[in-house]
Amino acid sequence: MTQFIKSREAILLAALIALILLVETRFSGFAAPGNLARVFNDTSILIILALGQTLVILTRCIDLSQASNLALTGMVTAMLNAAMPGIPVIALISIAVLLGILMGAFNGILVWKLDIPPIVVTLGTLTIYRGIIFLVSGGEWVNSHEMSASYKAFPRAEFLSLPVMAWICIATIAAFAILVTRTPLGRAFYAVGGNPGASVYTGIDVGRTRFMAFTIAGGLAGLCGYLWVARYAVAYTDVAGGFELDIVAACVIGGISIAGGLGTVTGAVLGALFLGTIKNALPVAGVSPFWQMAISGAAIIIAVAFNRRREPGRVILKEVAQ
Amino acid sequence: MSITRRIAIATGLTAALMGTTAMAQDNVRIALVAKSLGNGFFEAAARGAEEAAEELGNTEIIYTGPTSTTAEGQIEVINSLIAQRVDAIAISANDPDAVVPALQKAMQRGITVISWDSGVAPEGREMHLAPSSDELIGATIIKLAADQLPEGGKVAVLSATSTSTNQNTWIEEMKSNMDQYPDIELVATVYGDDLADKSYRETQGLLQSYPDLDAIIAPTSVGIVAAAQAVQDAGKVGEVNVTGLGLPSEMAGAIESGASESFAIWNPVDLGYATAMLAHNLATDAATAEPGAEIGMGRMGTATLDDDNQAAMSEPFTYDASNIDEFKSVF
Repeated sequence: MTQFIKSREAILLAALIALILLVETRFSGFAAPGNLARVFNDTSILIILALGQTLVILTRCIDLSQASNLALTGMVTAMLNAAMPGIPVIALISIAVLLGILMGAFNGILVWKLDIPPIVVTLGTLTIYRGIIFLVSGGEWVNSHEMSASYKAFPRAEFLSLPVMAWICIATIAAFAILVTRTPLGRAFYAVGGNPGASVYTGIDVGRTRFMAFTIAGGLAGLCGYLWVARYAVAYTDVAGGFELDIVAACVIGGISIAGGLGTVTGAVLGALFLGTIKNALPVAGVSPFWQMAISGAAIIIAVAFNRRREPGRVILKEVAQ
Repeated sequence: MSITRRIAIATGLTAALMGTTAMAQDNVRIALVAKSLGNGFFEAAARGAEEAAEELGNTEIIYTGPTSTTAEGQIEVINSLIAQRVDAIAISANDPDAVVPALQKAMQRGITVISWDSGVAPEGREMHLAPSSDELIGATIIKLAADQLPEGGKVAVLSATSTSTNQNTWIEEMKSNMDQYPDIELVATVYGDDLADKSYRETQGLLQSYPDLDAIIAPTSVGIVAAAQAVQDAGKVGEVNVTGLGLPSEMAGAIESGASESFAIWNPVDLGYATAMLAHNLATDAATAEPGAEIGMGRMGTATLDDDNQAAMSEPFTYDASNIDEFKSVF
């Protein structure tokens, strides 16, 4: 228990609660359970993407192509739905996930087999995937009246007083908690990021582990592609433009070390929630729009400053002192 | 690779390049620069410009723009157009001042530069074609909201970015028309940055901050769609009317659901058409841009330039349930 209170997750949780209470003083009703559920639902996509990014960052890589991947799969499912309204939603979601996995795997292959630095690979695929949206859509929008009712209704459907989108997010968090703490692959992510050299000697395939991280991140981006387009009921080329930076920011706020091998699922979720709360709070807090961006940026820096690495965290393979 | 082969390839390349230049000189090449690619409004304008090009003959439209709505992106596009030696650049600017130096460079190279839709500062262009006069737009958007509120009520504005030239002008004009509607109160102006998710969130914020809000005026095509969706999701259809400027194809769903009673827009096809006509007339020296000049716009009539070399095309047109089906397949 005392260990938890000292952990960075506890500090972040306290900061999150303080933030919510601060907003409550400016706009009463923000901390009401119903509104917090709404904020959680609104942040679901960011949480899911941040979890995918966490795996990639744990292995000392970075994936900047998630938002483009999301936009492309979103556009493809919207176009399929507009052209063939008969395809059931579950099939469209499967297509979205598969397409996302494919794009994530492409990143992974380039990093694994060609040994290109991940930031270069995903900076390239960021523009490639975004460019393909122009090619498949010809720059046209898919609008809400062209989408079928069931396509738009699925993420909104209420189940036990929470929208399905929030439940998908909760399920993803649970799956990640198990993956990261209870499976050999989860340990491999930490080992590869903590000490790639030693990982090889323990029989972990560094390239393959990174490939798996990229593939999982891609699949989740694909899933979010459907969720995003169905939620905002519009698909266009610029969907989620610049969102990749929000995802990385959420991870960094959550204490996922950019140097790899350090970070938790709880941290990533809290980091995303922190950013999501700011995004939802600024419109109601009566802050001048001219200050909003500066406030978002300052919050990120302050959160990271509080989150400075003090103890090594979960070390699978120790690095030799230099 | 041997020296001779290199020379052969280089010669071939040069010949190919010269070939394209020679071919291009036959045509009047007009570059239509959008705020960003992939926006239905500009796609429709490009179709109008193509229509003008067909009518004119010997005219080539180069439809281009950055992939995101930034002035930096447009400057890159302008520089590449200068390198391609186009005859005219017609730009809808993301920032009125930032693009001026690049456009001045283009004018020094003998390229005709005009702005349309969203203007450039006078020193950076020969003339500006506003889709409609700013006064008319400002008056239209508040009238759209007020017509549905005979008893008066509270309205809020959802704009694009806080630095967008045309948005701010329209909102100012709208405010100056508000004395005609004494019972209408403007409670807030928020900025959705022309991003679907931010506009959606800002609308949710408005609905929370002002539970008795009656109308949201969004003079931007991304914002109005997002606002209509947010109102629908909040179950406030019938309570909050979303109106402003939007495209019929994008707003058809909102009209159908009742989240929006009516909205307005000038016809972007006509705007692209008129822009191409003006650019052609100026590039071929058939007309000169100077205060008081009357320049032909084909089937759209003539544009009369004011003291700042600005002209307005026509007034915005209102779309509602009665005519949306007719127009949603057009643009």
